[in-house]
Amino acid sequence: MTKQPLLDVKNLVTEFIIPEGIVYAVNGISFNVNPGETLAVVGESGCGKSVSMLSVMGLIPTPPGIIVDGEAIYGNKNLFKLAEEEMEQIRGKEIAMVFQDPMTSLNPVLTIGKQITEALICHFDITKNDARDRAISLLDMVGIPEARNRLDDYPHQFSGGMRQRVMIAMALACDPHLLIADEPTTALDVTIQAQIVELVLQLKRQKDMAVIWITHDLGVVAGIADRVNVMYAGYIVEEALVDDLYEDPRHPYTCGLLGSLPRVDHRRERKLCSIPGSPPSLLVKPVGCPFRPRCQYSKEICQFETPKLRETSRGHHVACWIDIQSGEQISGS
Amino acid sequence: MDPEPLVIVEKLKKYFPVKKGLVFQKQSGFVKAVDEVSFEICRGETLGLVGESGCGKTTVGRTMLGLYPITEGKVVIEKLDIAKADRNKLHRLRQKAQMIFQDPYASLNPRWTVSAIISEPIWVHHLAHSEKEKIERVQELMKLVGLSPRLINRFPHEFSGGQRQRIGIARALASQPEFIVCDEPISALDVSIQAQVVNLLEELQDQFQLTYLFIAHDLSMVRHICDRVAVMYLGTLVESADRDELYENPLHPYTKALLSAVPIPDPKKDRMRHRIILQGDVPSPISPPSGCRFHTRCPMEKPHCGELVPVFKEAAPRHWVACHEIT
Repeated sequence: MTKQPLLDVKNLVTEFIIPEGIVYAVNGISFNVNPGETLAVVGESGCGKSVSMLSVMGLIPTPPGIIVDGEAIYGNKNLFKLAEEEMEQIRGKEIAMVFQDPMTSLNPVLTIGKQITEALICHFDITKNDARDRAISLLDMVGIPEARNRLDDYPHQFSGGMRQRVMIAMALACDPHLLIADEPTTALDVTIQAQIVELVLQLKRQKDMAVIWITHDLGVVAGIADRVNVMYAGYIVEEALVDDLYEDPRHPYTCGLLGSLPRVDHRRERKLCSIPGSPPSLLVKPVGCPFRPRCQYSKEICQFETPKLRETSRGHHVACWIDIQSGEQISGS
Repeated sequence: MDPEPLVIVEKLKKYFPVKKGLVFQKQSGFVKAVDEVSFEICRGETLGLVGESGCGKTTVGRTMLGLYPITEGKVVIEKLDIAKADRNKLHRLRQKAQMIFQDPYASLNPRWTVSAIISEPIWVHHLAHSEKEKIERVQELMKLVGLSPRLINRFPHEFSGGQRQRIGIARALASQPEFIVCDEPISALDVSIQAQVVNLLEELQDQFQLTYLFIAHDLSMVRHICDRVAVMYLGTLVESADRDELYENPLHPYTKALLSAVPIPDPKKDRMRHRIILQGDVPSPISPPSGCRFHTRCPMEKPHCGELVPVFKEAAPRHWVACHEIT
């Protein structure tokens, strides 16, 4: 793509220093998101998908966490080099975040009106009454009935799905250019999940905003994403347009994940193909390919050298030493 | 169909009292968690019980095993009526009927070793005659669920989520049961581990002719593992049918909406699909809507739906549904 990306992250390394040693949470990942695009980041728990986004937002608790290396270019600024005051101007206003658990990420002792107007008053020169009116229109927009009356309610008076709507209203309060949604539907039932996905897609089209959607659910990804990054043990292992990824997955891990999913729209044909073993401990500095111990294709080289992302077709990158169609090691390595 | 089902549930009701006041508590109503649920499970069959959170599916499972006293109705497992059983009979029942719990982090005692956890049912039901036999049995069970017997003296915190769930499965198998209630056994696990545990459950079923009640909210997994599926909404059954019949030809508007909301991991197909998006949330089970409990969110609602409770009837062979609009 020729457009300049909205956010361009290069070689991000995030580690946590804990009494047991160093947790290698994110090990040098690069990704970008273009204006108006939906990027999905997929992976299992502990793969570094949330940590990488929190790093970008400057929300990693330090200590124990440190951003060891990398840069995040937004506009012409490197977010990692900004002073806290400058970051506060961007966070919430230009890049906003929706968190996973709507039960714990709202403050239980403040009314939701107070929580929504806080961001508005903080970022804009606006009176309390104007902020209230804006909050009402935001709640209307995310589909909360009788918004005017509900502004003075507390979070416990809302259901899970409604709370997630409130969270989205808060994130959208300042018309951000980029919305980072960290597993926004994981805690919700499927029918409510469908409501929230529909809502975010509709708002994205209205406002032409870019979305990074973090999830572990490959089903949800198929319905929302333009492009997908698959993460494993702190690395991006595959990156592709959504149709390419599902039609022609190139990394053994992606293939394994897709094979282990039962389908609601198919009759049962076979047993599920499971991936043997479990994800590696992040306390050990990775040597070689992180997926090697669980990989059916592994060769000698996988043990010693970590594969870099290479392009297999236009826009489709995979970090693997093996061409899984032939099962042979790629030439020129 | 088997002439004699292993498990019969008839008009099962479970109400929890709601109390008001801190000191002088007054009973102010009931949470009608389960209201007139009936189904049967044949030997060797897997019945899936699906629904959204709070619909009462876990309560059904727990009440069936006598973990909650039954408010009304009948549960018969292996010809034993739970409501009428005394302590001794319940004890015998619990050897035959076991449970696998949802949260592998909360359902294992953190101070007990794996050996103690798995051997407790063996000890309680006198299934081993000596200490040596007991340990051998534990090791055998660990091998069966894919854990190395060398780990016998470890504590639960030393295992990952998937391994803990395997410990939970070994514990359930320890008493040599015939019927196991699996209460969302995979929803706390990562995707790549879910498939491992589901395959294990299927292998064990083949090996020991087990009968499962599989409680879940993941409709794709239920289609994979279950022979028959029952859909619950707000404490009542709305539809039940054989697996492929239910997924290919759903009759109840709630089932249709539920199935259309399940994401499909196939972007092209997903885009072509028509989604039925239900409005609003599940109403409170303390004062459920009158008549058909789904009428407040139903896209096909008619005036009489709010007045008459629909009968759970057989609309097609082996396909039961509770809706006024379907005859």
